[in-house]
Amino acid sequence: MTESKAVKDTAIDDQGIIKGIEQLSPEKIERVINQVLKSETGARLKTYVDTCVHCGLCSDGCHYFLAHDRDPKYSPAAKVKQTLWEIIRKKGKVTPEFIENAAVVAYTQCNLCKRCAMYCPFGLDIAYVMSVMRRICHKLGVVPLYIQDTAHSHSVTKNQMWIKDDEWVDTLMWQEEEAQDEVENLRIPLDKEGADVFYSVIGPEPKFRAQLIYQAAVIMNAAGENWTMPSMPGWDNSDMCMYTGDYEMMERLKKAHFEAAANLKVKKIVMGECGHAFRSVYDMGNRALGWKMPPLEVIHAIEYYNDLFVKEKIKIKKKFDRPVTLHDPCNIVRGRGLHEMSRNIVNATCKNFIEMTPNREHNYCCVAGGGVINCGPPFKNARVDSGKIKAEQLFAAKAKGAEVVIAPCHNCHGGLEDIIHHYGIDMELKFFGDIIYEILELPE
Amino acid sequence: MHSIYSFVTGPLAWLAFIVFIGGSAFRFYSLYSLARKKDALVFEYMNLKFALRSIGHWLTPFGTRNMNLNPAMTVVTFAFHICLFLVPLFVFAHVIMWKESFNISWFTLPGVLADLMTLVVIFSCGFFLYRRIMLPEVRYLTTAVDYLILFIVAAPFITGFWVYHQWAGFPTMTILHILSGEIMLVAIPFTKLFHMFLFPFTRGYMGSEFGSVRMAKDW
Ligand code: SF4
Ligand code: SF4
Repeated sequence: MTESKAVKDTAIDDQGIIKGIEQLSPEKIERVINQVLKSETGARLKTYVDTCVHCGLCSDGCHYFLAHDRDPKYSPAAKVKQTLWEIIRKKGKVTPEFIENAAVVAYTQCNLCKRCAMYCPFGLDIAYVMSVMRRICHKLGVVPLYIQDTAHSHSVTKNQMWIKDDEWVDTLMWQEEEAQDEVENLRIPLDKEGADVFYSVIGPEPKFRAQLIYQAAVIMNAAGENWTMPSMPGWDNSDMCMYTGDYEMMERLKKAHFEAAANLKVKKIVMGECGHAFRSVYDMGNRALGWKMPPLEVIHAIEYYNDLFVKEKIKIKKKFDRPVTLHDPCNIVRGRGLHEMSRNIVNATCKNFIEMTPNREHNYCCVAGGGVINCGPPFKNARVDSGKIKAEQLFAAKAKGAEVVIAPCHNCHGGLEDIIHHYGIDMELKFFGDIIYEILELPE
Repeated sequence: MHSIYSFVTGPLAWLAFIVFIGGSAFRFYSLYSLARKKDALVFEYMNLKFALRSIGHWLTPFGTRNMNLNPAMTVVTFAFHICLFLVPLFVFAHVIMWKESFNISWFTLPGVLADLMTLVVIFSCGFFLYRRIMLPEVRYLTTAVDYLILFIVAAPFITGFWVYHQWAGFPTMTILHILSGEIMLVAIPFTKLFHMFLFPFTRGYMGSEFGSVRMAKDW
C-alpha cells in the first residue's frame, strides 16, 4: 500500500505508554473515545476531518516530513489518518495497539506548531486534531512517562519541577544575593502590591537556569522598573498539562497564575523567554477558563525588551559583536506575531545579523515544542533525527557567518541544543536576556 | 431512447437539483447548529476582515508560499477550478436548455474556448490521478473513494466533450453525460466535494485566528 516504514519499526520503550496500554480493554477505549468526541468536540473536528481532500499539500509544511526524506507517514494529514480519521470511521472501536501508535504520533511526532495550517489550502488545524488525540490518550491513561511526571508535579506543587515553596523563595533570594555582588542594593521584590510588572518564569528556570532570573533582575533594575515576583504558587507560568491533554489541570494552573498577579494588583504580567508558557496563557489556558483574551495584560519578554529599547529605558555599552542568527519560536511568532519585534531587538543589540531561511512565520520548528522534548529520553533519538531539516537550516546560516543562535524560548533552547550537538553544528545558543545582560550599561 | 432522455432531463434533473440544494442546506444547517452548541469559540474569533484577508491570499495564484513550492499543482488547481465552474454554467448547449425550459439566458462561451476549457478539466483530473498514484505522500492518504470522486468529476466533462464533437454513440453519450452531471451534483453534499462550500469557513477561521489573535500571516 505504501512504502513507508512499518510504524512499529522501533519498539516503544516508554513505561507510561506500555503500562497504560496494558490496562486498556476495547470497551474502555470505545467508551472514553465516544465520551470525548461527544462532549468535547463538535463541528470543528468534524469539518477538519471531513474537509480534508487528501491532497497532501500540507506535507511541505511539516518539518518531520521534510526531515524524514518525505516519508509519507510524517505528513500532517497522515498523522490524522493514523489517529482521528480511523477513530471516527470506526466509531471508537479501535484496538489498544492502535492507541499505542496514536499516542506516539500525537505526543512525539507533532509539535503542535501549526505551521501546516499555513500550507493546507483549507487551513485545516492538524495541531488541534492532535490535541484531541492527546486528550483521548490522557483520559485513557496512555501518556509518555516523563511528561506525565511533569504533569503530576504541576498538580501537586503548581510548578513543573517538584520545587517546594521554600526552595522557590530561597532561589530568588540566592539570585538576589549573587546579583548584589554586581549591583549594590539590587532587589528581587517579592509580593510587592501594585507593582507595574509581575515577572513570571517557568519551573525549569529556578531549577536549571537560575542565572536567567539573575539577569532579568539586573535588567529590570537597570530599567528602573517597579516590578515584583510572587513568593507563592502561581509563579510558574509553564504548563505541561496543556500538552498531556489534562485540561482540568491546565485550567487550575492558569487560574493560579492569573490570580497570583491579580492578588498583587499589578498592572501587567511579563513572562520570561518561553514559548509554550505564552501559548498557555495567551491561547489555550485563557480560553479554557472562558476568557477570549487573557484577563490581565500579559506580555512576552520580547515585547518587554523591545519596549525598553523603544522608550530608551536601558543603555548598552556596545553592540554584541559576534554574528548572530535568529530562531523564530512557533508559539510567539505563529502564536503572537513577535517576529518583527524580535528583529528590532536584534538590531538594537547586535552588530551583525544573518537571517536563517525560511524565517518568521515559516521558520522550522526546533522539534522540542508541543511537549515533545518533555517526553524525555525514550524519544530523544527520534526527536533529534527529526531535527535534520532544522540542522540544515542552521548549517546554512552558519555558512553565511552566523556564530550565535538567538532563540527566545526555553523549549527551543532544549531542542536546538540537542540538534547543534548531535549534528556537530558548533554554534552557541543564547536568549535575548543573555545578550542584553552582557552588553548592558549598568546605571551608576 | 427518447423516453430515457426525457426522464433524465425531466424528473431526474429536478431530483438532482433538489438533492444538491437540499443536501447542501442540510449539511450547512447541521454543521452550524453543532458549532453553535459545541464550538462557540468559532463565532467569537471569526473576524470578517482577517477571514477575507486569508481567503484573498489563498484565491490568488502564487499568493502563498506553498503555491510557490508546488508551481505545477498551483497552475493546474487554479485552471481546473475555474474551468470546472465556468464551463457548465456558460457552455452554449446548457444556456440554451435554460432558455428553452425557463426562458432565461445569459452570456455563453465561444465553442472553441469551451472545448479547450473542457480539455483543461480532463487533463487536470489526469494530473490529480497521477499525483495520487505517484506521490507517496498523496498515495498514503488516498482511499478508493478519492478515486471515485475524481471519476465522478471527470465523467461529465469526458462525455460532454464526446457529445460536443458528436462522435460515435452520440445519443447514448448524451444520456450518460446528463446522468454523470446529475451524479456529480448529488455527490457534492455527501462527499469531500463539499469542500467547495466549506473552504471559505475553514480558511476564514484560520485567517481570523492568525490575523486577530496570533497577529501573523497564514499564507
Ligand atoms: S503542527 Fe507542526 S509538527 Fe504538527 S503536523 Fe503540523 S507542521 Fe507538523
Ligand atoms: S493539505 Fe489540507 S486538505 Fe490536503 S491533505 Fe493536508 S490537511 Fe488534507
